[in-house]
Amino acid sequence: MVNVIVELSKYLLAILMILYTLQCFQMVKKRDEHRQKTMLVKQLVVIVLFLSLSFLILFLKSGELRLILLYGQVLMYIAAVEILYRIFYKKASMLLINNMCMLISTGLVILCRLNIEKAQRQLMIVAAGSALALVVPVMIRKMSFLKKLTWIYAGLGVVMLAAVFVLGRTTFGAKLSLFGVQPSEFVKIIFVFFMASLLWKNSSFPQVVRATVIAGMHVLILVMSRDLGSALVFFITYLVMVYVVTRNPIYFAGGMAGGAAASVIAYFLFGHVQERVTAWKRPFSVYEQEGYQIVQSMFAIGTGGWFGMGLYQGSPESIPVAEEDFVFSAICEELGGICAICLILICMSFFLMIVNISLQIKNPFYKLIALGLGTEYAFQVFLHIGGATKFIPMTGITLPLVSYGGSSALTTIIMLAIIQGLYILREDEDEELERIREALEQNAQEEIQA
Amino acid sequence: MRESEKRLNRMPRKKSRRKKASQVQFRNRPYAIVSYLFVGIFVSLIVWLVYFNLVRSEEFINSPYNTRQDTFADRVIRGSILSSEGQVLASTEAADDGSEYRYYPYGSMFAHVVGYDSNGKSGLESEANFHLLSSHAFFLEQMKNEFQNAKNRGDNVVSTLSVKLQTAAYNALGDRKGAVVVMEPSTGKILAMVSRPDFDPNYLEENWEYLIADEENSSLLNRAAQGQYPPGSVFKIITALDYLHKHKTVDGFSYNCQGEITKQEHTITDYDRTVHGEEDLRSAFAYSCNSAFAEIGVRLGGKSLRETGESLLFNKKLPLTMDYKPSVLSVDGKSGVPLMMQTSIGQGNTLVSPVHMALIACTIANQGVLMKPYLIDRVENYSGARVKKYMPGIYRELLSSSDASTLAELMEGVVSYGTAASLGGNGYTVAGKTGSAEYGEGEIKDSHSWFVGYSNVEDPDIVVSVIIEGGGTGSESAVPVAGAVFNSYYYE
Repeated sequence: MVNVIVELSKYLLAILMILYTLQCFQMVKKRDEHRQKTMLVKQLVVIVLFLSLSFLILFLKSGELRLILLYGQVLMYIAAVEILYRIFYKKASMLLINNMCMLISTGLVILCRLNIEKAQRQLMIVAAGSALALVVPVMIRKMSFLKKLTWIYAGLGVVMLAAVFVLGRTTFGAKLSLFGVQPSEFVKIIFVFFMASLLWKNSSFPQVVRATVIAGMHVLILVMSRDLGSALVFFITYLVMVYVVTRNPIYFAGGMAGGAAASVIAYFLFGHVQERVTAWKRPFSVYEQEGYQIVQSMFAIGTGGWFGMGLYQGSPESIPVAEEDFVFSAICEELGGICAICLILICMSFFLMIVNISLQIKNPFYKLIALGLGTEYAFQVFLHIGGATKFIPMTGITLPLVSYGGSSALTTIIMLAIIQGLYILREDEDEELERIREALEQNAQEEIQA
Repeated sequence: MRESEKRLNRMPRKKSRRKKASQVQFRNRPYAIVSYLFVGIFVSLIVWLVYFNLVRSEEFINSPYNTRQDTFADRVIRGSILSSEGQVLASTEAADDGSEYRYYPYGSMFAHVVGYDSNGKSGLESEANFHLLSSHAFFLEQMKNEFQNAKNRGDNVVSTLSVKLQTAAYNALGDRKGAVVVMEPSTGKILAMVSRPDFDPNYLEENWEYLIADEENSSLLNRAAQGQYPPGSVFKIITALDYLHKHKTVDGFSYNCQGEITKQEHTITDYDRTVHGEEDLRSAFAYSCNSAFAEIGVRLGGKSLRETGESLLFNKKLPLTMDYKPSVLSVDGKSGVPLMMQTSIGQGNTLVSPVHMALIACTIANQGVLMKPYLIDRVENYSGARVKKYMPGIYRELLSSSDASTLAELMEGVVSYGTAASLGGNGYTVAGKTGSAEYGEGEIKDSHSWFVGYSNVEDPDIVVSVIIEGGGTGSESAVPVAGAVFNSYYYE
């Protein structure tokens, strides 16, 4: 009997996912404020339905009473975020908030399936992070000196990364964490602030060279710490920001060529890079060692097919570190390929929204920050999904908001809060302009009349 | 007032919006490009995922490393494996106490190719595991089973194997160690695959300890695909092909055989020191003259011979879905004369499996094009409705069609007047090559008996590859086994 419900739920969950994704893209198109509002509520309903159905299945299959509590907590969290933002930040982008809630929900469902303790911890961190992030938009507004701290950002970033390299604990062959936190995650934000503050006013050649040197230091330390995924995220973000601010495609092309050359050198220089590439190209030949993870991941994705095995019907726990680096494969296996594709599309619309916000901002410093953070997000998504599906070699990086990992979730939530802050600022800017213009027009008319 | 007007002008106004728009577009071009780039990246991820699910997922799902489907067994009764004629080769039956067991009606006859499902998995049981444990029964029935907590019936896998040919090959081989592979060259279907000594998969668990300890017989080894044998004279096909590559024709070769040849103090003798006298390449091939081929090999050199061998998949992966050992051909440009003499008659360090020789014969029979070998013809649900059909596919063109037809001519000679003449006059035509591959060290050398060839040379029907360990010359042991298979194909 339970099996029948699970079977049916697979299709229902896929339909809900598709609905949500469609709404996402419709929302980007629609400008009518009223219709947007109803759409946002509809989206919220879909999220709650998705959560409810998933938790029902999880509960029926596992019989864990903790799930009921967790379900209540998730709903409370979503309600709190939606209400608080509506109260404090009337002008915030609620679509961004909805997307965040959807990704967190999907992540929590699959985490509950894999490991309830981790899901509980994740929800705590997410909730705490969101509470903390609530003040970020205000801070952005008040702290106009942020654009002057260029070299403080640079110093802070390099020192934090170097500290991990020297003192960090090695897990899965990479030095990532220091006292349980992953500083490289937070440095991602600092790095974008550095790049933006350095280049927003002056993007001359010497300035680009300075940016290159500091970015190079970041990337080099990360490569030495064997955190290849983060190194790539920093590198691409650097390239995109330099390109956008200089509008010179030669920087971009040159950077890509340089990056390619550096990758080849790294391949011959570092054994761990070679291992990753071998595991990607010929996973079965190194099945017992480095190929094991990716092969298990491909088994999971293949077995899942389009509609998935259904929650608790597959064996995603057989993929090592499924909760972090392979959460996408776990989703593919149990929720199915259709859900997974929807997830990619949601991430894509998320990124496009951020670019859109960046486009609308007039202040060049904030503009760059929004774009930089968006790039980091998008590229990290690409590295995670590409790595888990064997599209590119594995880099061992989390899927923001979905994977288990406190530092990653916290960083992403703060990033989003910053973007919200910038979005609200832009609305303010617009309004102010409007007000001034109206006042002036009135003024002019009065004078003409006079 | 002027001041305020100036400020007003700086503000965006409706009239100037169009002009502004183009400026904005220019300013925003990098943003557009970055957006498109990332959209491209995301779309390529989706395309890859769709492609993987549609095309590539099967190779992963069916991997023997994949133990995921085993969890399906709690909800699905493993389906049956059938022969191409519809006979059951393996099925899951319920014991008196309600427990399930796997039953193999033909006992040890299909032991290696159908494989086993306990103590790990092998053969078709491993290759088709996913299908056997997936159920495509009518969905209402599946629902009913789910409600009653009953298991669904897994799908049946219809193989390309023929009970008729397998029986003929199995009986002809008898108790001798060796292997027989029968294939259809025009499609790549594997029709029979026998390996002996064998084991009875019905009693695998009871005999497991004994079987894995028994190194003398190594009965678990599928000799047809995993056996590595010196090829002996069947390798002369490759040597002849290399000669053909170099001279574009096999005409114009002449050699006077004295029953042995000596170069650099190394002597190669002909079988029984038979003196073949004056001969061309056709007769040297038909009579399997060692002296002539040793002479040819030395002239061709190691580099060229190796290249030709590799074009026929020596030292390469074979397009097989089962476990196999790749074949070895180790000569190169630096190889000395003695090794070249040895290698060109199929001795030396060369090793080959019976199934690889069958693939080479398939290529020759199919005008140079090797079809992908396969064992699963279709998948059906338990009541016989088709779920999936596997179609023949081209693997690669390994030979030009003119080279293939020249080799075919040489192989016809072997049957019409050479070492496999006993296959003639049976009402069907055969082309082939015999071999006796010496093995072991010391004074008294024994030899493995080889035959590889195909029937109905005008429009080839089946390829047969036979090896009998310690069977002596090809003509005395392997050829009669091949004959039995051909007879069974045409007359039973």
